[in-house]
Amino acid sequence: MMKNENLVHYIYGIADNALILGQRLSELCGHGPSLETDIALTNMALDLLGQTRSYYQYAAALLGDGKTEDDIAYLRIERQYKNVLLVEQPNKHFGYVIARQFFYDVFHLLLLQELQNSKDETLSAIAKKGIKEVSYHQRFSSDWIKRLGDGTEESRKKVQEAIDDLWKFTDELFHMTEDDKLVFEAQIGVDVTALKQTYYQRVKEILDEATLSIPEIKWFQKGGKQGIHSEHMGYLLADLQYMQRAYPNMKW
Amino acid sequence: MKNWPLWEVFVRSKNGLEHRHFGSLHAADAEMALENARDVYTRRNEGVSIWVVESKNITASNPENGGELFEPAQDKVYRHPTFYDLPDEVKHM
Amino acid sequence: MSEKEIKNLEEIFEQRIARDEKIEPKDWMPEKYRKTHIRQISQHAHSEIVGMLPEGNWITRAPSLRRKVALLAKVQDEAGHGLYLYSACETLGISRDELYEQLHTGKAKYSSIFNYPTITWADIGAIGWLVDGAAIINQVPLCSTSYGPYARAMIRVCKEESFHQRQGYEIMIKLANGSPEQKEMAQDALNRWWWPSLMMLGPTDAESVHTEQSMKWKLKRKTNDELRQQFIDQTVPQADLIGLTVPDPELKWNEERGHYDFGEIDWDEFWQVVKGHGPCNKERLSARVNAWEEGEWVRDAAMAYAKKQEDKKLKKAI
Repeated sequence: MMKNENLVHYIYGIADNALILGQRLSELCGHGPSLETDIALTNMALDLLGQTRSYYQYAAALLGDGKTEDDIAYLRIERQYKNVLLVEQPNKHFGYVIARQFFYDVFHLLLLQELQNSKDETLSAIAKKGIKEVSYHQRFSSDWIKRLGDGTEESRKKVQEAIDDLWKFTDELFHMTEDDKLVFEAQIGVDVTALKQTYYQRVKEILDEATLSIPEIKWFQKGGKQGIHSEHMGYLLADLQYMQRAYPNMKW
Repeated sequence: MKNWPLWEVFVRSKNGLEHRHFGSLHAADAEMALENARDVYTRRNEGVSIWVVESKNITASNPENGGELFEPAQDKVYRHPTFYDLPDEVKHM
Repeated sequence: MSEKEIKNLEEIFEQRIARDEKIEPKDWMPEKYRKTHIRQISQHAHSEIVGMLPEGNWITRAPSLRRKVALLAKVQDEAGHGLYLYSACETLGISRDELYEQLHTGKAKYSSIFNYPTITWADIGAIGWLVDGAAIINQVPLCSTSYGPYARAMIRVCKEESFHQRQGYEIMIKLANGSPEQKEMAQDALNRWWWPSLMMLGPTDAESVHTEQSMKWKLKRKTNDELRQQFIDQTVPQADLIGLTVPDPELKWNEERGHYDFGEIDWDEFWQVVKGHGPCNKERLSARVNAWEEGEWVRDAAMAYAKKQEDKKLKKAI
């Protein structure tokens, strides 16, 4: 039987992805390859952070212990963040930014398209709103995968490097935690394992069109969903949480 | 290499209105120009439809010829409804 | 064209501006008008872009989600404003790349205020409140400047900018009403940003080289000193309202003038920062140069891809 706590953890799983990816994208604000691209990436960051807030506000209401969206965003310890390893990977170069985005967007859209059918009305409403935003994200990142893949020799090399590096994090997207399973059984959550085939098919289509190759990797990394993150995560959180940690219990 | 060309952006604010020139931006191709226009010029929900045209494809009239192009239209008063006298009893026409 | 003919055209041109007619890109204009506008509009555009950096510095560390999205949206707006202004500038026959080149080589200037560091969260409040406040005072009159594309860009900028100053002041209110640490943080930020904000309105009229010509072309509607007085008169009561102290012991309301009297501005500091020796001049410029250089392969890829797609389309047509 699903408990309130399971649902809250399930929501963290989705929302933390949006928060951490949004945080990564906002690091780029002011440093993009062109003014236009800068504005576009920031728009995606804003969409993701907006979604994060909706999820956290709902989680806070479920907790019912007076916690706010900010307590959830800022005051957990690293092991309590449930985001996948993919989204915390750093902005090594624009190829990584786009590949990470693309890998996540394709999954994100499939997830929300299922989540909109959730028995939980709040989650269904958040998903419906998110679908419009994420459809655009997927379009944006797919277009850029093609531009970089089928652009110059250098760009192909760079984006292929990113795809090869990040591929090992894609499998975790389809991993079900105990919370996920219980929430799915309650007809609130999504069975992500069922999305896997469509996901890799879509990814392959775009990579083919971009004349990029699919990495032949058999070993995948996971852990984020259990709160076991990469070494990058601590620094990301140090930045994110700095103010709330340095000045506890204050209003901003 | 060559830099991204300049595009002119036209936005329809809502259905029923014409597309209006909003400004310009740089993009490598038409698809990107549309996406950029969406992100740059409709961040505050300003539009329902966007046109983009590469600036070099616009032919503009020369202001030095303004006299011959536009002044001849100034004295064609018969193109305007107020040119015609109607009895006061006809209220709307 | 003979000198006499040019003189004649210039006279007609000046009369048009005096009649409040707008000048549009393809109209004849004196070379000096074109150059002055390129200088001022690009300087303005560069200020928006460089101005993203000190505030961008705090996006990842914003203390709440609400503050984070608001700041992110604000910094993004600045990118948009830079873009509108570069576009306006491009109508004068210079490309954005050339303008970047001028910025990156240090040939073009940008607002000196962005060479100061943002070291606490309160600095984000102070920038919004003071720097955007001063910028708005500078910018509103430009909505009716003589050059059409610049005026239109400024109308858009001013419309969007109105939330920026409110955002900054709201941050300050929260801090000023918060814990002792927060209040101290707010006061410290006001102490550091007050004088640079006054300098931002430009050198005193006696030292300002462009004022007279700029007035004629409606690039300026008031002198620097008038704008500065307006800024002080409007800002001091706002500081009073939230219990912060403006760091100027000579600041005093002058009943007779109907304005605040204020202390001497340290113009040596101003010129030092303008000449490139402010606390962050190097960092700001190198951040811009890096973004541009590291983005080159991305921009090239997009062009190469566009060309390939174009060729494919042509082949299909044949």
